[in-house]
Amino acid sequence: VADLITVDFVDLELEAPDRASGTRSLAARLAAAGRVTDLDGFLADVRAREEQMATGLEGGIGIPHCRSEHVTEPSLGFGRSKGGVDFGAPDGPAHLIFLIAAPAGGGSEHMTILAKLARKLVHPSFKDALRDAGDPQAVVSLINKEVLGQ
Amino acid sequence: VKIVAVTSCPTGIAHTYMAAEALEQAAKDAGHEIHVETQGAAGADALSDQQLADADVAIFAADVEVRDRDRFAHLPQVSAGVKRAINDPGSLLAEAQAAVAAEPQGSRGPRHAAAAPAPKVGPGTQLRQWLMTGVSYMIPFVAAGGILIALGFLLGGGEVANKVYGGTFDGVTYKGVFDGGSPLDHFDVDQVIGAAGYAGLLFLIGKLAFFMLVPALSGFIAYAMADRLGLVPGIVGGIIAGAIGAGFLGGLVSGLLAGAVVLALKRVRVPKAVAGIMPVVVIPLLATVAVGLVMTLVVGKPITSAQTSLTSALNDLNGGNAVVLGLVLGLMMAFDMGGPVNKVAYTFGLAGLQSGNYEVMAAVMAAGMTPPIAMALATVVRPKLFTDSERKAGEAGWLLGASFITEGAIPFAAGDPLRVIPSLMAGSAVTGALSMAVHATSLAPHGGIWVVGLVGKPGLYLLAIAAGVLVSAATVVALKSTGRKTITLPSEQATTTSAPAVATA
Repeated sequence: VADLITVDFVDLELEAPDRASGTRSLAARLAAAGRVTDLDGFLADVRAREEQMATGLEGGIGIPHCRSEHVTEPSLGFGRSKGGVDFGAPDGPAHLIFLIAAPAGGGSEHMTILAKLARKLVHPSFKDALRDAGDPQAVVSLINKEVLGQ
Repeated sequence: VKIVAVTSCPTGIAHTYMAAEALEQAAKDAGHEIHVETQGAAGADALSDQQLADADVAIFAADVEVRDRDRFAHLPQVSAGVKRAINDPGSLLAEAQAAVAAEPQGSRGPRHAAAAPAPKVGPGTQLRQWLMTGVSYMIPFVAAGGILIALGFLLGGGEVANKVYGGTFDGVTYKGVFDGGSPLDHFDVDQVIGAAGYAGLLFLIGKLAFFMLVPALSGFIAYAMADRLGLVPGIVGGIIAGAIGAGFLGGLVSGLLAGAVVLALKRVRVPKAVAGIMPVVVIPLLATVAVGLVMTLVVGKPITSAQTSLTSALNDLNGGNAVVLGLVLGLMMAFDMGGPVNKVAYTFGLAGLQSGNYEVMAAVMAAGMTPPIAMALATVVRPKLFTDSERKAGEAGWLLGASFITEGAIPFAAGDPLRVIPSLMAGSAVTGALSMAVHATSLAPHGGIWVVGLVGKPGLYLLAIAAGVLVSAATVVALKSTGRKTITLPSEQATTTSAPAVATA
């Protein structure tokens, strides 16, 4: 199984005027690694999900996500934004953005990893550690340790 | 509390699991047992038959249809969107706990007995669920405050109240420590203890707990209707209801009003830029202004003028048939228990005391003692007619009634006013009339059974109280058994109230 996240999927200086361009910036990183085969097709799927209900959560979190046939492996793009990117949460823009890409036909073993990741996202200590991470490698190590137990 | 929960969301890869984790963590912190079925993309670990059978309540945190919902038909249910479970799992658990507390004992059918989906609740049941939520949060205030007041009387005698607040008791006039003001403005504990001892301090703490009685009722009725956003206008409305002397009936009005206003404001579509400050600033502000203005201008003024005309009506009755006067005073004492009508009757009793007419005071006090005792009796005789929290309020009712703390019956009246209030009025009318008929007297303006030494004809006086208690208890049992089918409590309210919250998110 490929890694959920690599240092190439991490952007600690993400600045974007809106959620579409923020999502595109992270998705381009996944596309460059071959995780996303059709960038525009994938973004359309993310947008469709976003339109059902905004994915911003209280506490400065945005989790754009979708299951898409343009995704090859479960992958996570992570962006940290000082200025914040609006994901429609009632209390303001998101400073931690998780782009969760899941393959359309993914079996449940694929999905289990993403489920573990999602559960971690509600723990304040996990979010604090991500806010404080000094470099992309620290983010990757933290997520691997917390989500995969490695 | 043992909880089973289902979480589900459109994509099934993120919110489903975040909601599950948030609920599990919050339940762990609150000491509840919870099992969550995540109906997501990673496959659901179905709840076992044993877990379903053992559960007290079901929580659905779902933005898409819950699969196999009829498995939960035997349980009270609380529904909300996934985002609420993630952002505020604690309030969802509190609501589940309230749903368990509000469930009438023995009403739960056996598992799978109801294969059909739970019927949509009618407006009457819906209203009762709102009121019961408010009542369940109010009861601890009634119990804690009431028992402290009773303890104050028990340890310090009936004059404790006058030592604290001033006034005349058994021929002795006390100055009081607040100089006509309120302990909320200025509280000097040394003065209180100096004037009334620790018994007085206990009494005063109990009185302070009673200040929150109507605000808690009002606030949590609004909370049941409109979630967290209802709390502020509901509580403020309740404080105003207390301040204008509108009593718990005023609190019912302010709570329902606050809930309705917030629900309406949540439906308003606003530009994205404003949406962020809607729940923090705009809705609490507008709802509080609306409720505050209505309570002070529309509800407050008529109450004052009604009190004036009631007082003059009582003065006209005075000197006529004493038994009729006692009957009317009894009706008034039980009508709103601490509200404006009750206050007029009580003040009339005090005025009698001042002018040397001790019979009126005796009738007023006796009629104010019967409601809590009658409700306590009814919960013992027919427990199945009452919810769990009402039965707990009944346990405190004996002591509160015996101490002439009429407020002890408010939880029952607030939850089912149309059946309970007339029953209580009937019994108190009997007690008031009998007390006048036997010429019982009281030199004490409060204290209940603890000042029976200051009552003239104590034996007949207690008989008058017992007669009223029996009448009220029998009436309330009869009305509750015939007037209504047993309610089941699938708490549909959260589904409807959370929908606009999602829309504004």
